Amino acid sequence: MAMLEVNHLSISFGGLHAVDNFNLNIEKGCLYGLIGPNGAGKTTVFNLLTGVYKPTEGIIRLDGQDITGKNTIDINKAGVARTFQNIRLFRQLSVLDNVKAGFHNHHPYSTFTGIFRLPKYFKTEKEMTSRAMEILKVFDLDKEADYLAGNLPYGKQRKLEIARAMATEPKLLLLDEPAAGMNPNETQELMDTIRFVRDHFDMTILLIEHDMKLVGGICEELTVLNFGQVLCQGETSAVLNDPAVITAYLGE
Amino acid sequence: MKKMNKTTKNNFINYGLVLVLFAVAQTLSATGNLSNLLQGLLVPLCVYTIASISLNLVVGFSGELSLGHAGFMCVGAYSSALFSNVVGDALPSVPRLILAILVGAAVAAVFGILIGVPVLRLRGDYLAIVTLAFGEIIKNLVNILYVGVDENGIHVTTNSSGLKLAAGGKKIMKGALGISGTSTLYKDIKPYFFLIGVILILITLFIVQNLVHSRSGRAIMAARDNRIAAESIGINVTKYKLLAFTVSAALAGVAGVLYAHNISMLKVSIFDYNLSIMILVYVVLGGIGSIRGSIIATIVLYALPEMLRGFSTYRMLIYAIVLIIMMLFNWAPAAIDWRKRVLEKIHNKLPKKEAA
Repeated sequence: MAMLEVNHLSISFGGLHAVDNFNLNIEKGCLYGLIGPNGAGKTTVFNLLTGVYKPTEGIIRLDGQDITGKNTIDINKAGVARTFQNIRLFRQLSVLDNVKAGFHNHHPYSTFTGIFRLPKYFKTEKEMTSRAMEILKVFDLDKEADYLAGNLPYGKQRKLEIARAMATEPKLLLLDEPAAGMNPNETQELMDTIRFVRDHFDMTILLIEHDMKLVGGICEELTVLNFGQVLCQGETSAVLNDPAVITAYLGE
Repeated sequence: MKKMNKTTKNNFINYGLVLVLFAVAQTLSATGNLSNLLQGLLVPLCVYTIASISLNLVVGFSGELSLGHAGFMCVGAYSSALFSNVVGDALPSVPRLILAILVGAAVAAVFGILIGVPVLRLRGDYLAIVTLAFGEIIKNLVNILYVGVDENGIHVTTNSSGLKLAAGGKKIMKGALGISGTSTLYKDIKPYFFLIGVILILITLFIVQNLVHSRSGRAIMAARDNRIAAESIGINVTKYKLLAFTVSAALAGVAGVLYAHNISMLKVSIFDYNLSIMILVYVVLGGIGSIRGSIIATIVLYALPEMLRGFSTYRMLIYAIVLIIMMLFNWAPAAIDWRKRVLEKIHNKLPKKEAA
């Protein structure tokens, strides 16, 4: 069964059809790319998938479960985690605490337990710390665990955002322009990381990206959006050679 | 694990700081080096320390500007003073005081939830304005409240002639005249009020510090740093903002209880806008989000105007200058650099000493 199944998804703001009749099927473990020119509606699709916007029409199913119209928190609990185009870290918290914040719903204990330091507090915090360090190690951030997140270099901040999203133990990971603002070396490293996350955690990943080298390098399937509508869908090599796609990107 | 030890160490430094200051104050007063005037300031100092630590939870850790802290102190003060006067001699003073503290905290917490639910949907300036209005409303409401008790129970009205009590009834709350005689109910434990105040500071520290360094505290700070990201990882932002606001209100209520039971005549005029601002000044100058800063700033800034009495009319001028200097010392980039260099120097010298 498909991990993510989107049928006839539409949203309009006033008279503007930002996303119109959008369909998407992503198999479990697939690395899927969503591309398109600026303003095509890619981030709007992400915002629909994560409950920031409520769709005017359509159905979203995650692993068979209907998550259409739920709020952000419940959708995250159902198993969708994301990163943001403009990095959104908890800048005043340590790198470790950023990841531990991601465990919020997976290693719970009550506020009372926290204030009165009951045994469960120490046990859970210890578990959280060791799990967080494992995740940080995967992203090569373990040496910076005590840094404030806001003090990390740019490339590492991007990685920390992915690490934090992974801490929520998602079924589907959404990456919004992960390579934005990175130099070619950092992009190469990021590609390795994304591929590693997919293989290591058997993760299904949907990413938005403008960097065609990254898209061509790691995505197995692509959907091209243009003016809120699907222009083309299929295997990466076929899509990138489609004349309609080339026209949309480069003009006539 | 190393990080864990560091925060635990920091927490214990704060407890230690309070205990050391308590010991110093006790020694000074035992050896007669503390004037009566200064001795009278010790309990209010505890009141304001509790208030500023609790306000720091909202302003520093939850990142919301609240200007109604005096309102929560007021609610705690009056509800507990009412409780003490109604119960009267039916209970010995120690359990009565403990219950009064719980009553004050609980009533303030209820008000915290009532105000927090609608208000925390607002952000920034709007929140500040609404909490400011709350403080003023509470003040004006209490100002016209008359409460008396007789054999038929408790009577509440909003004008003095409307309070009709049976023979033997007792007027407790008299509008603008407030509640008098609460402290005489606690004559026997009056000398220990400073000790009680310090214990309450330690309890406040315990609650705030442990809350901040727990799962809930992480959620509160995550919501402060980035609301959208916090929701994207499944944190219920509104719930945790409300939690911080309510805990803060309850602790402000405790500060109010201590104030109300230490003073012979409880008047509502003290719980005005100026008090909220004064506590906010303690928090901001101590460093937003720094609990130790709140404690130190409260002590320095509260004691200062009293120390400066010798300067008579120039006193508030000097007070204002000290405020500005403290602000520069805390926040000016040059001052931060200088502090770092001094700390590094000290740090470099220490290991050498050990080697020698």
